[in-house]
Amino acid sequence: MSGGVDSAVAAARAAQAGHDVTGVHLALSRNPSSYRTGARGCCTLEDARDARRAADVIGIPFYVWDLAERFHEDVVQDFVDEYARGNTPNPCLRCNEKIKFAAVLDRAVALGFDAVCTGHHARLDPALPAPGPRRLVRSVDGGKDQSYVLAVLTSQQLERAMFPLGDITKDQVRQEAAGRGLAVAAKPDSHDVCFIADGDTRKFLRGQLGSAPGRIVEPDGTVVGDHDGSYGFTVGQRRGLGLSRPAPDGRPRYVLDIEPVSNTVTVGPAEGLDVLEIEAARPVWSGCAPPSGPVECLVQLRAHGEPQPATCEPVTGDSGGDVLRIRLDRPARGVARGQAAVLYEGETVLGSATITGALQVRAVC
Amino acid sequence: MVNFDGMADGPASASGGRPEPRGPVYLDHAATSLMLPEALAAMTEELSQLGNPSSLHNAGRRARRVVEESREQIAEAYEARPSEVVFTSGGTEADNLAVKGLFWARRAADPGRNRLLVTQTEHHAVLDSVHWLADHEGANVDWMPVSPTGRLSPAELRGAIDLDPASVALISVMWANNEVGTVQPIAELAQVAREYQIPFHSDAVQAAGQLPVGLASSGATALTITAHKIGGPVGVGALLLARGTDAVPVLHGGGQERDVRSGTLDAPAIRAFAVAVAIACERRADEAKRLAALRDDLIAQVTAAVPDATLNGEPPGPGRLPGNAHFSFPGCEGDALLMLLDARDIACSTGSACTAGVAQPSHVLLAMGADEARARGSLRFSLGSSTVQADIDALGDVIGEVVERARRAGR
Repeated sequence: MSGGVDSAVAAARAAQAGHDVTGVHLALSRNPSSYRTGARGCCTLEDARDARRAADVIGIPFYVWDLAERFHEDVVQDFVDEYARGNTPNPCLRCNEKIKFAAVLDRAVALGFDAVCTGHHARLDPALPAPGPRRLVRSVDGGKDQSYVLAVLTSQQLERAMFPLGDITKDQVRQEAAGRGLAVAAKPDSHDVCFIADGDTRKFLRGQLGSAPGRIVEPDGTVVGDHDGSYGFTVGQRRGLGLSRPAPDGRPRYVLDIEPVSNTVTVGPAEGLDVLEIEAARPVWSGCAPPSGPVECLVQLRAHGEPQPATCEPVTGDSGGDVLRIRLDRPARGVARGQAAVLYEGETVLGSATITGALQVRAVC
Repeated sequence: MVNFDGMADGPASASGGRPEPRGPVYLDHAATSLMLPEALAAMTEELSQLGNPSSLHNAGRRARRVVEESREQIAEAYEARPSEVVFTSGGTEADNLAVKGLFWARRAADPGRNRLLVTQTEHHAVLDSVHWLADHEGANVDWMPVSPTGRLSPAELRGAIDLDPASVALISVMWANNEVGTVQPIAELAQVAREYQIPFHSDAVQAAGQLPVGLASSGATALTITAHKIGGPVGVGALLLARGTDAVPVLHGGGQERDVRSGTLDAPAIRAFAVAVAIACERRADEAKRLAALRDDLIAQVTAAVPDATLNGEPPGPGRLPGNAHFSFPGCEGDALLMLLDARDIACSTGSACTAGVAQPSHVLLAMGADEARARGSLRFSLGSSTVQADIDALGDVIGEVVERARRAGR
């Protein structure tokens, strides 16, 4: 229970359904704010208090689990490392994969619990009742759907998952929270990366990785500017490039590529972002058996991105591992390495993989 | 987290012919104990009365009389003069007043007295007050080490003083530890302090209901006591402050309590406090014997079920609070054990309740030489007036299975 409205209503719904529910708040950051050393953040942070109050109102036990170390290693450090490699990671996805449905789930199961229940906006296919294999389906609230950040879960993890909010909208969640007397009913949604308090990712990364000046070039190699660290850029980014001179044609320029070894950021016109073929590694198939040939499906390439028709084919990668080759029916823009490619059949998640490369439609010179 | 159909591995059903315990099992009396019915009745009656004890009119005089009679009762129970009882809002405030107030007074009289001698195993009310003095008032602190069972030896104290006797402002050593129940040789330690004419404070919050505690006989300058650990209400306590000892106030205002602690006196709570003290002291010897026997059985049952569990602190006897049992369970996290026992309606603690929330390795166990894993994998069971044999048996029935499960959950 994060202290937000979603997890509070999810816990209330699970308890009302007759399950034996225990609330757990995850202490994820070290916050030495008192004379004691280490994490005592829970006693000062408003979110932990809100979560505890919600548990009290629902009438369930409540505990704080200190997963700061695991979170730092598996999510924060991974986030920093990925940026250092020129990729654009999604830390929420990593947290679901490594913390909520791994560290927390493992501990919960060992302690005698059957499942981890969260306030994510997603559904488990009602046609496949528990216990048994589950499939992930989009929330009825398309605008709030979080199946993208859950698609990395394996079918084993989904069997131990519960998402009681998938069949209602966010507005309904808030109404229900108010009806249940939960004080968090009107609490604003959180948008930012939870471990970057002020929301300034570039500043956070500079603090972690230090200043690393490099060049900003055009596809033909012409130097058009300098940067303070290539980790501050994302493919598709247009604002904040700080270019010293305008493009010859006067059109806006976008980040087309980030090359971490030479620390070079390549910029160019929007067409340079068009991508038709994508390679993605470490595929996970939760919604179907691993396909043996090409599959026609929809693919979503970033959180809240539009799903696009594509053909996906598992192949053997250069290093021998499973790789997914994705051919889009129409070019997509702003495909960033490190993001997940999530495959859907209609509303149902088939699987997901991490984007490792994108072939531009045409070389831009 | 969810169990699909109630607690799949809930309380053990068949328990070997033992009588089922009567409802919840409360083994956390060191956190707070239940109010004695007599104290509750006295407080309830007093709450309906009108009058500020500092007022001069009839209603005020009546309230003042209640407070003063209570003060006399408490003074008598703890070998103090009535004027040596300074009522506070509880143990934390009394500890703050003792540590800060005595330090400030001593340093004001002699700026060279800037050093505090404090054991590493103090309650946070003392510990953090001392840290605050170090951070904000330039105090020097010598954290005195304890033995593996948590005891401070008089020789250790003497050695610390002898480093520079003229610089010591105050010594603070708790009477009995709130986590591991270790009882310090307070009279011997206070005697050392007296030789050097250094004020000696002791936090006697845990000791006051279970051991013979006296201001005069201990030779201490100041003792902290609180009501809710001995059958009184939460929110009232006292600093027993020896006559002739100045303490600079922490709270300023109306000048109540010898000008040392301002604030309207809480007559209902003070009356209930006095009732609880009188009863606790009257029953103390018998109750200590009863609790020690139950505690010994608890230790026997836990170690039978979990052979590698280790009892922290002194062995049962005069060196240990009769109502305290504190174990380390190798391979377990204390908060996992606590949660599993809570799910079986058995209440205990991983240590001082103030550390609850995010699990921290106990500073007490670390000071006793435990490594972080052992310090994290610990549980305190504390017995009190409501504890009966069935409570101990209920714990004995499930502790083996709970420890096994917590081990599987790992760290």
